[in-house]
Amino acid sequence: MNAPVLEVSGLRAYYRTSAFGIRREVRAVDDVDLRIEAGEIYGLAGESSCGKTTLIKTIANAIQPPLEVLAGSVVFNFRDRRIDMHGASREELRDIRWKRLSYIMQGSMNVLNPVRRVRHAFVDFAFRHIGRSKAEFLDLVRAHLRRLHLEPDVLDAYPHQLSGGMRQRVTIALATVCRPEFIIADEPTTALDVVVQKGVLAMIHAVQRELGSSVIFVTHDMAVHANLTDRLGIMYGGRLVEEGRTADVFRRPRHPYTAHLIASLPRLGDAAPKEGLTGAPPNLADPPAGCRFHPRCPLASDICRREAPPMTELAAGHRAACFHSDRVSPP
Amino acid sequence: MSAPLLEVDGVTRVYSSGGLLTRRRVVAVEGVDLRLDEGKPEIVTVIGESGSGKTTLARMILNMVSPSAGAIRFRGTDLSAVRGTAARLAFMRQVQPIFQNPFEAFNPMKRVDRYLFATARHMAGLAAPADIEAAADRALRDVGLSLTEVRRRYPHELSGGQLQRVAIARALVSRPALLVADEPVSMIDASLRASIVNLLRGLCVRTGVSIIYITHDLATAYSVSDRIMIMRLGKVVESGPVRTVLDDPQHEYSRLLKSSVLSPEVPSNGAFFHA
Repeated sequence: MNAPVLEVSGLRAYYRTSAFGIRREVRAVDDVDLRIEAGEIYGLAGESSCGKTTLIKTIANAIQPPLEVLAGSVVFNFRDRRIDMHGASREELRDIRWKRLSYIMQGSMNVLNPVRRVRHAFVDFAFRHIGRSKAEFLDLVRAHLRRLHLEPDVLDAYPHQLSGGMRQRVTIALATVCRPEFIIADEPTTALDVVVQKGVLAMIHAVQRELGSSVIFVTHDMAVHANLTDRLGIMYGGRLVEEGRTADVFRRPRHPYTAHLIASLPRLGDAAPKEGLTGAPPNLADPPAGCRFHPRCPLASDICRREAPPMTELAAGHRAACFHSDRVSPP
Repeated sequence: MSAPLLEVDGVTRVYSSGGLLTRRRVVAVEGVDLRLDEGKPEIVTVIGESGSGKTTLARMILNMVSPSAGAIRFRGTDLSAVRGTAARLAFMRQVQPIFQNPFEAFNPMKRVDRYLFATARHMAGLAAPADIEAAADRALRDVGLSLTEVRRRYPHELSGGQLQRVAIARALVSRPALLVADEPVSMIDASLRASIVNLLRGLCVRTGVSIIYITHDLATAYSVSDRIMIMRLGKVVESGPVRTVLDDPQHEYSRLLKSSVLSPEVPSNGAFFHA
């Protein structure tokens, strides 16, 4: 078996500020371990402020103060080289960014410069990585757009002339034009309505299969995870609380938070009222002791208030961090 | 037949832009009819893609935008006749908005309880501090909060779900007959959406307020509303009781909309997009 494309071990990244003698530490990512295999779509789910975006930033080494990495490592095993993201030089990082490791962003309107034609975005992002003449480069981009069933004419459009769905497709084309080995997708469909969302997801899937890339796909929409991802990790309060094959996680969740996420989804054809989670997400500047989910957990007992449950393998490839995982009711 | 609460009668709204020679006309809403009856509280969902005119329709019902053609009447009064401060306040007392993003609706530098107190003072016409606080507390209790939890808090001290509850409570202070909720859950986490949607249903049943619920999420629409109106490019393509419409959609666009909803179950033959 080949080494996983991405190995994250013991990663801990905090936001640390100090103003007027008051020190604050927000534990956005705490002891996260995960591996992503070649050619898989790994889903990352969790509510707002659970640390999803911080995790992605540390993986991509887009770290700016006050964010600090305190411990752990992020290692990519690309086809011809191994890169430790936090030990690599600026030149090495510049070399892999966009070419091997690329990024599909959420707000396509904020990514494309509103006063320049789309063509310039492709030139800015990808031209230097491809290393051809301008004319050859643009031919390559046109061929790539055609493969993704986009009209090459979009290159001459301004972003405001394209619809939201179209712009999101353009950013996907932009992220994949260098045929990257690893793609980070941060909520790429959250702002879109359902009909457009389905088309965009189908496109991400098609291009992933064609390039054989690995994808880490972040969204809080569990329905998207159910239909797109191969494996799924659930984050809560800065920690990974459950991980497994998507089908296994949906069939038999082992963490009460996951069980709740799945049970709270509204379904077409089912008008029974759904329970929302009571209480607020944990304050990561002062997280609860023990299991961070215990104040909202229906199964919480004394041990949950004292000790943080470790991530334990409960079935083949299915891990969860809960002392009472055997009592979690299936949906 | 009971008296109408709200009558939307063949309403059209055209926006034009550009100069004298380059004028462009955008028909945002075209010939929309809707009627809600007095004494029959219900939730009507208006659903459609971006640019289908749902928000323009909501703004016309709130009397923030006037129709280019057609008329909207609330309790028999044409909204174009609502002029002057007193008449506007009387109208706003009865029809209240809930906006999409609670973090944008509230000024981050202002304590949220002030919004409740100001609404009680201006809309509900209360003067005594004790009455104002009682009205704010009652509205907050209707949404599962209380004044002690919210007093002197700034928006950043509350979670998105709590803040949206405060926004709903603010709308309830003046005991309106109609709430217009423009995508009230689309900025909220999936795990909290259910609780806000349940809250709207509960308010409709308990307090008898009618709600126009604007969304692009078919699944919550199905679970919460009584009637549905599907809009596309400014026109209503299909409307009726929610079960009837969504169990057997007739219009091509309604079918497309229904088939695009991703089921939150892993398909038995592997993931949907893998097939």
